Amino acid sequence: MRFLYAPPPVTSLASPELNPARANRARRIRLNAVDLRANRALKWLALGGGVVIFIAMVGIVYQVIDGASLAFGKYGVGFLADSKWIPSPVTSLARYGAWPFIYGTLVTSVVSVILSMILGVSIGLFLGLLAPRRVSMVIGPLVEMLAAVPSVVLGLIGIYLICPFISRDLEPPLHAVLGWTGVFGQPQPVGNSLFAASLVLTIMVVPIVAALTRDLFLTVPGELRDGAEALGATRWEMIRGVVLPTTRSGIVAAGVLGFGRAIGEAIAVTAVVGGSATVSANLFEGGNTNASMIASQYINAVSNLQISALFYLALILFVFSVIVNLTARQIAKGPTDRGRLR
Amino acid sequence: MSAITPDPAHSLTPSGNLVRRQLINRVFLAATVGAAGLAVLVLFILVYYVAKHGLGQLSFSFLFSQLPADAPNAPGGIGPALLGTVELVLIATVIALPVGVLLAIYLSEFAGPRANSLLRTLLDLMAGLPTIIAGIFVAGLIARRIGESAFAGGIALSIVEVPLIARASLESISRVPSTLREAADALGIARWRSIVGVVLPTASSGIVTATILAVARAAGETAPVLFTCDLFAQNFSVDPRHSIASVPLEIFNLMESGYPSAVDKAWGAALVLMIVILAMNISARVWLRRGERKRGL
Repeated sequence: MRFLYAPPPVTSLASPELNPARANRARRIRLNAVDLRANRALKWLALGGGVVIFIAMVGIVYQVIDGASLAFGKYGVGFLADSKWIPSPVTSLARYGAWPFIYGTLVTSVVSVILSMILGVSIGLFLGLLAPRRVSMVIGPLVEMLAAVPSVVLGLIGIYLICPFISRDLEPPLHAVLGWTGVFGQPQPVGNSLFAASLVLTIMVVPIVAALTRDLFLTVPGELRDGAEALGATRWEMIRGVVLPTTRSGIVAAGVLGFGRAIGEAIAVTAVVGGSATVSANLFEGGNTNASMIASQYINAVSNLQISALFYLALILFVFSVIVNLTARQIAKGPTDRGRLR
Repeated sequence: MSAITPDPAHSLTPSGNLVRRQLINRVFLAATVGAAGLAVLVLFILVYYVAKHGLGQLSFSFLFSQLPADAPNAPGGIGPALLGTVELVLIATVIALPVGVLLAIYLSEFAGPRANSLLRTLLDLMAGLPTIIAGIFVAGLIARRIGESAFAGGIALSIVEVPLIARASLESISRVPSTLREAADALGIARWRSIVGVVLPTASSGIVTATILAVARAAGETAPVLFTCDLFAQNFSVDPRHSIASVPLEIFNLMESGYPSAVDKAWGAALVLMIVILAMNISARVWLRRGERKRGL
């Protein structure tokens, strides 16, 4: 009998068609179950995205340390201070040290960040506060386009346009005027130098600083700016007295982020930096950076030890990059921001 | 003794200290205009210089013929490199787009404060990661163990793309008006439905823009493919299990080879790459503006 006639479940004594309220509730319960499951599925799926980047970052740390372990075991921390880089398939003849490249990385990045801060913050002020809207709508995207130029193209331009320009037109006058500082030393016959790398990096960093600071300046409350102008301040006094102090930490953070971009650039720097393992205060001499060493030597490495030394350079670069980015984060959201507007 | 004739405009003409202040102001304004002008000038010089050297190379056969051999005056074009770049970027984007958007959804909708701060920190670190490290990471992980391949190159490029897509998606999701979410909540719509049906469509123009920009960035990156997808042949190849050519790396190789004929070809390839990347940047911008106008933002 049971197989011929299944009694209806207790909950639907009346036919659903005859009891719309009950039918609705049943449908809603059923849908809710689906929704609950879908909610959970979406949450786990989205969590998957987080897990992927977590694993990627852990993997990068592990891989770089693992790759560097051979060189680290052989040279230890002294690697950082050793200034000899002599690749050789024969281990007893080979010697690897990172100092010239750490020096080159820091010098090129610091010079480019100084130039980029001057130019980038000015452009940020121009685009954010000073230019008419129509002008900044045109100039802003053009400046950002500068950041879109691929680094290999910039390297190509660097070799054939920037380096000759530097050695012909820039080095002699700079040496004549600022030669006493020692930074702008004897001009060199070839333009490939730390200075050339700094200028190429500046082209890459300026758009970053300009875009970040422009957005920053737009966040300064209009009342503050209007207040300063109502007191008779000129544009410059308004900016120096109100805009720059309120955005100081953000400006510094933008500079630090630009620094982070500059230390990591490999391809464009490889093309123009000169590629010598020298440490010289003279910016016009050739040098090398961590990133550009890796780019130029990894493929033609002659031994596992050399590859490991290159991974060691990558590890140093990675540590720099982490410190720089965490610092920028800390500055940007730092407690100094609060209370300064009082 | 003539009577003092009051000058009605006297109080309006600057004098003394005010002259100095206005002078400083003018110098400062001129400096900012100069800085912006310099940046635009540099962009135009770069584009002009690449166009001047590259235009002579451009031809139908340059775009579609095989790569030149590593020898002086070797004939050839960039056909396989164009095809290879499309494939590499496709692999990278197929990986990076879901990861980036899902990460943005997780951060904006589900993550607690601790997961949020951890993942945002990781995202910042990933965005600041030197691309050469992405390259050497994948080289150590895959290329040295299994061999170089388009897959390895695509994975390295996806490391570059993920933070770009995730951050911009996060940004545009956070700009979805809360009234829309609240309306969805008030209708009793499930969370996932409001995310998939309300939040993502509203944020879509931002996500599409971010993806185009990430693709443009990946298409121009050399460092990630330098050790992961370098051993390519001259001819056309689409097999992702082997190295395939790519435009930036071909430019790099031609530039390093130093033969005048190769450098000429490098300029041609650089012009093509610049045109493609700048066009993508412009279209991304147009898309974003259109999307924002449509939503009345």
